[in-house]
This record gives sequence, structure tokens and C-alpha cells, in this order.
Amino acid sequence: MDAAVDHTAIEAVYRNEAGRVLATLIRLVGDFELAEEGLQDAVSAALERWPKSGIPGNPRAWLVNTGRNKAVDRLRRKISLRGKLKLVGAEAAIDLQPGAPVEDDTPEEIADDRLRLIFACCHPALAMEARVALTLRVVCDLPTPAIAKVFLVGEETMAQRLVRAKAKIREAGIPYEVPPLAILGERLAGVLAVIYLVFTEGYAPSAGDAATRPELCEEAIRLGRLLDQLLPREVEVEGLLALMLLHTARLAGRSNGAGDLLLLEEQDRGLWDRARIAEGAALVERALSRPAPPGPYAVQAAIAALHAQAPSFDETDWPQIAGLYQVLVRMQPSPVVELNAAAALSMVDGPGRALELIDALAARGELAGYYPLRAARADLLRKLGRTDEARAAYAEAIALVRVDAERRLLERRLALL
Amino acid sequence: MQYLLMIYGDEAAMGGATPDQIKTMTEAYGKFTQDIVKSGHLKGGDRLKPSNTATTIRRGSGKSMMTDGPFAETREQLAGYYLIEAKDLDEATMIAEKIPFVSGAVEVRPVDIMSRQY
Repeated sequence: MDAAVDHTAIEAVYRNEAGRVLATLIRLVGDFELAEEGLQDAVSAALERWPKSGIPGNPRAWLVNTGRNKAVDRLRRKISLRGKLKLVGAEAAIDLQPGAPVEDDTPEEIADDRLRLIFACCHPALAMEARVALTLRVVCDLPTPAIAKVFLVGEETMAQRLVRAKAKIREAGIPYEVPPLAILGERLAGVLAVIYLVFTEGYAPSAGDAATRPELCEEAIRLGRLLDQLLPREVEVEGLLALMLLHTARLAGRSNGAGDLLLLEEQDRGLWDRARIAEGAALVERALSRPAPPGPYAVQAAIAALHAQAPSFDETDWPQIAGLYQVLVRMQPSPVVELNAAAALSMVDGPGRALELIDALAARGELAGYYPLRAARADLLRKLGRTDEARAAYAEAIALVRVDAERRLLERRLALL
Repeated sequence: MQYLLMIYGDEAAMGGATPDQIKTMTEAYGKFTQDIVKSGHLKGGDRLKPSNTATTIRRGSGKSMMTDGPFAETREQLAGYYLIEAKDLDEATMIAEKIPFVSGAVEVRPVDIMSRQY
């Protein structure tokens, strides 16, 4: 052991191990709050002891054992403070004896603890917003103020929401388990929805000045990688991870130096991250070669891969993209998917046919307040040379858009007419 | 843990059920109840009489007042309940899913068991 250990080395251990240690502690003590407190105590103890004694051979086991003992101490103190009777339930959840030290936890057990944590945080008995916030806080270890910013609420409000969510897990008996096979698929879809929501909030924030928030995209990708590692060979996990990689690979080309958004046909493809595109495309191929049929994420990833690998806008494989959108419409029928399908079809069957489809979609009224429908219509009218109608459609889109960068893009397209 | 499964439905709609529909429903509930007796989950439960038989005692600022009717006028009323023993919320909701209600809702609520002196 090296006796000269500085705080940087200890912080590196913390960064690597905190997620795993917390996941295991929650299982051992049966309570989120108590486990978080135990982890904090263990880290304080490490900062005090390790500089003198050196980092132990198995720092994770050390943190787990110390954290567990500290949690037991805290619980004992709470019991003697409040009187024994009221804490009978809590006592049952945690063995007050020191217990056998955790030394030989297998990689499978650690993986299971992290999966348990993800499934508990994304449980459908929690409100969607609480699932996202809790996952960012507990699984990604994002600080509460950063999460408060995502939801545009104050720190205090977010802290209270997190406390309430953890209380619901404890009080309602939300299991700290990987769901049984019968419901695993459904629950996994729920976990993927949470990750994708984190991603879209980064890729296209629902409000605010920033055109993108890349740090949220990267958190979502980290979550995707973790899930792919914990639950390998799942088509939709691979599909979602590929989709996120392929989208972010093109982020650098999406806006110019002035922060203005660029259309796909205007982008400098030399700025795209080729290594990430290769990784995403390989994942798509792997997902599509699984015996299980692909789901919506894998199909969207396949579309993104075709875009990302095309040498230019004109040389894009539009027929295949339009075909994949038809698959997606059947798989996940929604007016937004239909709109994207129509836009892709315009590149194959021409703007006239696509305009008919979009007008029929608009007549149904479901996308009345959705500016991309107006913008897509305007683009098609422009291509058909119907300039006055295009101008009116761009104006309608501008009236509906809420994000500044997107408004500037529409204004630029209007000015080009 | 114990969970109370509270079955809510539209009494007016249930009042309009045909004898055949009532028979089917009674049999379905009978079977469900037998199933959770056999599986060891059932702790108690019954159907409730309609909400027009309810009496509510409301208390506040030192006064007690008795009124006719349920505590809240809602479109769906509490029609019955099961008290079950389940390992966790997933087991409780899986049991609740098997309740043969056709429309309405089932609220799954954990019971905060008090230590009893009696």
C-alpha cells in the first residue's frame, strides 16, 4: 500500500465506485436516504483515514462495509432518540448486527444492485418527472441544483421532490429488484423512456435560450452505456444507445459559429464525429441482427445511421429512409411520426405528394399547435414555387415556436424566399 | 407488507347492469377472491353498500357535524375493498390487475400497520 495518498486519488476512487457502493448500500440497509447518509459518512471516514493508511486493496468493499456500519449507527441513534416502538418497521428492514463484511461480491451481484437501482428509480408508480429527477440524482450522481435547472424549478423545490420520491419508494414498497421476466420488457421500456427523455431535453430543450444542452445528452449516453453493459444483447437498449450516439455525433454541425441552427442540407459533414458515427452504426447492425424483432428505437437508429453515413444530402438513401419511416408508423403510430414519414417521402415521391399527406394530417387537428408541421408545410410549398403560401406558412410556424434558436432558423428560411 | 385495494366505479352505471351481467360479475369476483384466499394473500375485504347509504361525520373548529352521503361527491365511488398481504408494490399491483373490474379504478395503498395493544 502507498502511504502517500492525496485527495485527488481518493476522489478518483469515489468517482469510480460511488454509484456501485450506493446501489449495494441501498440493498443492504433497505432505505435510500439512510444509504446516502451512510455513503457520505464512509467517504468522510476515507478522507480522514486513507491519507495515513493508504487506499485499501478493495476500496469498494471498504466503502460498503464502512457505509453499512455507519448507517446502522445512525439508525441506532434514531431509535434511541424517538423511542423504540415507532421504528419497529425500520429495524426489520436492516439487521442491526454488524453482519459479515462484504468482501467477495461477484461482478454479477454488483451489476444486479445497479440494475435494481435503475428499475426502482424508473418505477411506473412514480410520476414521470420524479423518475427522471431521481435517476439523474441517484444513478448519474448529478447534484440537485443541476437537476433543478433541467426542470426550471428552484433548488429547494427539487430537493423536496427528490425526498418525496424516495419516501414513496420506501413507504409504498416499490421493490428494489430486477423485475421478473413476465414484466421485464414493459419495465425496460419504461427505463428507456426515462433515458430518452433526459436525452431529448439535452438535444432539444423544451424551453430556454440554449439550442442544446450537451451535458444532458452525455448523461443519457452514459446511462445507455451502463444499461447496455448491465443488460447486454437487448435490441432496444442497443437501439436507443445507437440513436443517441448518432444524433450527438452530428451536434457539432448542427449550428454555426453564431449559434444559429443549420438545416441538414446546409451542414458541413466534415464536422461530424466519425468515430461516434462508426460506433453508433456498429450498434445498429448488432441490434438488427438479434433474433428479437427491432423496436422503435432500433428503427429510428437505423434511420439516423443512414443520414450519418450518407456522403451528402443528395446522396442519402432516401427510399430506404422513407421505407423505415413506414415501418415506424406501423410500430408506433403517432401524428409526429407520420409528419416525419411524410417529410422523408417528399425526397422520394416529390413535394406534391408529401404536401397532400401533410395537409390531410393537419386537417385532423392533432398537431394544431405543433410548429414543425407548419415549417414542413412551408418547406414543401417553397419547393413547389408557391411562394406566397410558403411565406404565410413560415409566419404561422414562427408564431408557434418557443425556442429562440429554432425561431431564428425559421426567420432565416422566410427571408430566403 | 399489507395493501388496501380500493375499488372505485360509477354506481349509476353499475345500477343499470342486467341480471346476466351481475351474475357474471359476481362469479368473477367469487373466483378472484377464492384465488387470493388459496394463494394466502387475502387478509379481508368486502363489497360496500351504495354511497347513498353513507353517513359522514365532519369535524373542524371544535364542532362535529353529521351529513347524509359520502365524504366527497365524485363521479366514481368506493364500491369495495380487499386487504392483502404482499411482498412489495409489484406483487400488490399484480394482484390488483386481476380484480375483475370492467371500468373504473383500483387504488393500491400501503397500510401503515400500528402496533396493537388489544
